[in-house]
Amino acid sequence: MKRRTLLGSAAALVACSALPALAQEEKLKVGFIYVGPVGDGGWTYQHDLARQAVEREYGDRVETTYIESVPEGADAERALTQLALAGNKLIFATSFGFMDAVMNTAKKFPDVKFEHATGYKRADNVATYDARFYEGRAVLGTIAGRMTKSNKIGYIGAFPIPEVVQGINSAYLHAKKVNPDVEMKVVWAYTWFDPAKEADAAAALIAEGVDVFMQHTDSTAPLAKAQEAGAYGFGQASDMANFKPTPRISSIIDNWEPYYIRRVGEVLDGTWESHGVWLGIGDGEVVIGEITDAVPAEVKAEAEALRDKIASGEHHPFTGPLNKQDGSVWLAEGQTATDEELSSMNFYVEGITAPMPK
Amino acid sequence: MIDPMSVFILLLGAATPILFAALGELVVERAGVLNLGVEGMMITGALAGFAAAYATGSPAVGFAAAALAGAAVSMSFAVLTQFLLSNQVATGLALTLFGLGLTAMFGKPYEGLKAPAMMPGPLRLNWMIWLGIALVPIVWWFLARTRAGLILRAVGENHDAAHGLGYPVRWVRILAIGFGGALAGMGGAYISIATVLQWTEGMTAGAGWIALAIVVFAQWNPWGVLAGAWLFGGVTVLQLRLQAAGVAVPVQLLSMAPYLATIFVLVLISARQKFGRSGGGAAPASLGRPFYALK
Repeated sequence: MKRRTLLGSAAALVACSALPALAQEEKLKVGFIYVGPVGDGGWTYQHDLARQAVEREYGDRVETTYIESVPEGADAERALTQLALAGNKLIFATSFGFMDAVMNTAKKFPDVKFEHATGYKRADNVATYDARFYEGRAVLGTIAGRMTKSNKIGYIGAFPIPEVVQGINSAYLHAKKVNPDVEMKVVWAYTWFDPAKEADAAAALIAEGVDVFMQHTDSTAPLAKAQEAGAYGFGQASDMANFKPTPRISSIIDNWEPYYIRRVGEVLDGTWESHGVWLGIGDGEVVIGEITDAVPAEVKAEAEALRDKIASGEHHPFTGPLNKQDGSVWLAEGQTATDEELSSMNFYVEGITAPMPK
Repeated sequence: MIDPMSVFILLLGAATPILFAALGELVVERAGVLNLGVEGMMITGALAGFAAAYATGSPAVGFAAAALAGAAVSMSFAVLTQFLLSNQVATGLALTLFGLGLTAMFGKPYEGLKAPAMMPGPLRLNWMIWLGIALVPIVWWFLARTRAGLILRAVGENHDAAHGLGYPVRWVRILAIGFGGALAGMGGAYISIATVLQWTEGMTAGAGWIALAIVVFAQWNPWGVLAGAWLFGGVTVLQLRLQAAGVAVPVQLLSMAPYLATIFVLVLISARQKFGRSGGGAAPASLGRPFYALK
């Protein structure tokens, strides 16, 4: 047999054996990296629910994996690279601090698609998605303003980044609207997830006379402190239903399911494109959890009315006239904040006395 | 202005887990063993304590179980370093990773559950805070005033001499490691049962490393450990209180302060050694060195 025919038949043989594999559609591998453990009961827990929803929706067509408790540093790039090398064609990076790690990894793996939550850097294979948490905060702020007896409401922030600052401003403005005497105390924990520190932050607020507080950190520890002290709190990112009816009187829930299902579907049918989206209450991505019976019926109705007005677009949480903390004019009468202004927000609105950390 | 009393009460709570863990590690190090697995033993105690307290409804049972669990995992370190003569630094680090991984796996069913409420003790501080403070003079008295304490210190300073005098170096060290494990376990359980009131993976969040720093800061003295725990705990609480009160203070600077103090103490210790001044303050001479007896 001539060498050429030998090669040719060998090639044909390989082609034949490869054909059935081609005919059978290959599973799409989807990877996730989480900043906390899936059992945090808050942020990461909610992302993982959406991952499970993706598996339910597409069944055998997808295979998902996740890496939990990935620190927002050099480790993130290692975890992302590991996922890409393992054959994941779509990777969700679910924390702001993963941003640069995502950009670096995406450059090395141009055929892998990346989705980064709450970031602003994009590339052909990097899309960003975010939720308008500040819309939910407006509703919680309304409830907080009505429920406080000491007129001091508190806020536990993770890091002074725009996403968190928006929430503080929105909550304060809407609490102030229903209760002009209200004062806002802010404590920065400088961590997304450290239950002991979050509990200490809650204790510090309570010791300052705060009787209703919100949190933008991921554990349920502040609610446990609120329970001890008889203060009110809200579920953060998840329902945190274990603390119902008090101290958890309502909650802001991140519902990533529709987005994850849609984007995985787009990769499956080849229509995925990079974009930056920012969805809110109206899109079902930000959900107000059950307002419990500890809240008077008229307050509950008021909060729900505000929620519906935000959902329909009738009310924008940042509508002028509004001044910045230093008294300078920000928005004129009737003017609303643009998305650009919101996504770079690094100042408090007028009336918050706490200093903005540098 | 901020009421100092309320800061002090919050401080006591924040200091208690690191006080327990650091006192335990102090005894271990005075016996000449460096166990870097404090974080791993704390997280094991946090889970075991929470599970037992949840199952029985009794925080006291929880703390007892945490002590047992902490001592039990410390025994793996003891066997590896005392009988198999493995490197103490590497084994300690492995113990931390082991504890974090093990508890992440076994902790899943306990996520989202609530711990039973603790009985308030005198002055509205819980009993564990009092126990932690009471342990300081007890450990001091044991080390400085008892024969057993003298033997333990001898083992830590010069294990060959102690062995020559007929003291069971290995068993003294194993007992010390077990004691350190028990206290670290109770410290961890304080976080899950008293501070956070629930179990979450990785909840000790570096408290074990702070405890290790405090032992150095304290120059291996129990009273120094109390001071160190209050300093570290106090700074944590104070920076949160200052923020809540709206005082503009650079948080990073305050958070850094205890570590700067530790480095300062380290420099002080080595300066003293350089100029030939012996006495208290330096690390036990046999710290971290493996011991084996030729028969």
